[in-house]
Amino acid sequence: MLLTCPYCGPRDVSEFTYQGDGNRQRPAPNSQDLQAWNEYVYDRQNPAGDHNEIWQHSGGCRSHIRVIRNTVSHVTSSTVPVRGAVHHRSTERRKPGAKA
Amino acid sequence: MAEYSALSLLRNALSGNKDWKPAWRKPDPKASYDVVIVGGGGHGLATAYYLAKEHGITNVAVVEKGYLGSGNVGRNTTAVRSNYLLPPNTRFYEHSMKLWENLSHDLNYNVMFSQRGVLNLAHTPAQFDDYARRGNSMRHQGVDAELMSVAEIKRLMPAIDVSASARFPIFGGLMQPRAGTARHDAVAWGYARGADRRGVDILENCEVTGFLRDGDRVTGIVTTRGEIRARKVALAAAGSTGRVMQLAGIDRLPIESHVLQAFVSESLKPFLDTVVTFGMGHFYMGQSDKGGLIYGGDLDGYNSYAQRGNLPIVEEVMAEMLALFPSLASVRMLRSWAGVCDMSMDGSPIITTGPLPGMYLNCGWCYGGFKATPASGFCFAHTIARDEPHDLNAAFTLDRFHRGAVIDEKGQGATPRLH
Repeated sequence: MLLTCPYCGPRDVSEFTYQGDGNRQRPAPNSQDLQAWNEYVYDRQNPAGDHNEIWQHSGGCRSHIRVIRNTVSHVTSSTVPVRGAVHHRSTERRKPGAKA
Repeated sequence: MAEYSALSLLRNALSGNKDWKPAWRKPDPKASYDVVIVGGGGHGLATAYYLAKEHGITNVAVVEKGYLGSGNVGRNTTAVRSNYLLPPNTRFYEHSMKLWENLSHDLNYNVMFSQRGVLNLAHTPAQFDDYARRGNSMRHQGVDAELMSVAEIKRLMPAIDVSASARFPIFGGLMQPRAGTARHDAVAWGYARGADRRGVDILENCEVTGFLRDGDRVTGIVTTRGEIRARKVALAAAGSTGRVMQLAGIDRLPIESHVLQAFVSESLKPFLDTVVTFGMGHFYMGQSDKGGLIYGGDLDGYNSYAQRGNLPIVEEVMAEMLALFPSLASVRMLRSWAGVCDMSMDGSPIITTGPLPGMYLNCGWCYGGFKATPASGFCFAHTIARDEPHDLNAAFTLDRFHRGAVIDEKGQGATPRLH
């Protein structure tokens, strides 16, 4: 299986480390919502089909990437840097003009 | 349906083996049953067998999307053991071991259970101490365990490399002498025949496509062979658990489906009369009665429903085999295949009522489901018949993750690919 690193191009899967389900939403660090924490840690969608997942190119550029991969055919339809998505979420949370 | 006996063997041998009857019927689905079991693997068939035998519930159907033995019950590497550390696991798997010891007699079907021992190799003093701790825990609970020295290991398996110059020199090992192997197809066929002759309908090529609901309550299943109503719907779908549960509207579970590969070599003369596991990676090997070495290693490491694996693991498994047995370098691999494993978040199974009314769930077997087959069926049948768990599976609930009562044998945390 090949994964296409957005920085390095197509590489063998053995260069990557699997970091699991990318749909999980980590609660805010100060959240005391136990249900949300439990769901984040333990509950998975586990689809047979397209799966949104996080990999790290640990044997290469070490970037974290978000991959949409079909769990039946292993066809990947998208690989993008995770950083973009994380940045996007954090700007949504902040009020305009607030300190970072 | 004839009993198997020396006499029937002789009679059929003399008549050209033309009079053997099918071991189970091929009935059409009835409109309704007391219990429908989804999944005709080892666990589903064993559940049907013990429902009939222990609880007198015989109006039961087992639905299987393929043919019997097409899933993990025919794909595993056949090891049977009960060498666990944590009491809920030790008790459960030891009960399974006791059922295994009498299974051929109980089923009147030779499952070729062979108590040839399972040996875990240790490669460092710390690992050896850890094994001693597990062995002590096992012996406290009445399970057999013996520490072995390097000299004893070398005597048991002469081909193993015990030299100090090995990549990971062997320090000792933990042996469970009563552990061993069984013929996996025979387990499926034996339970199928035993359930069938007690009145259970086994419906092959019957895939579940939906659930019948009355509000929250599950009242039956929709299949490729029509609708089947049932008072109780029990799921034993292993790697397909997520897929089936999504049909019931449950889209999150503490389960990930991963793929595990297995390999068999060409036939050799007797080479290894025990099952051995490597302690510095993930590798295990035994030899079948036909002579092939049956071996495997780690999961591929990412979610998969593919029933086929990738090459990096093939290379890793071969490398680990040669680290232990350098003389196998010239032996050819005959076949490789893979099965989809329902990896739970703590490495331990789930046998429970629910999560919906009218539904019962059996899953989370990781890659150790085969040895559990008898106890899983026994406990799941009890849970279905009595609407409450047996003592042996009371800890294997679905809500234990959210309650913080996980049974994490390996101390690995919620990382299914590492259990």
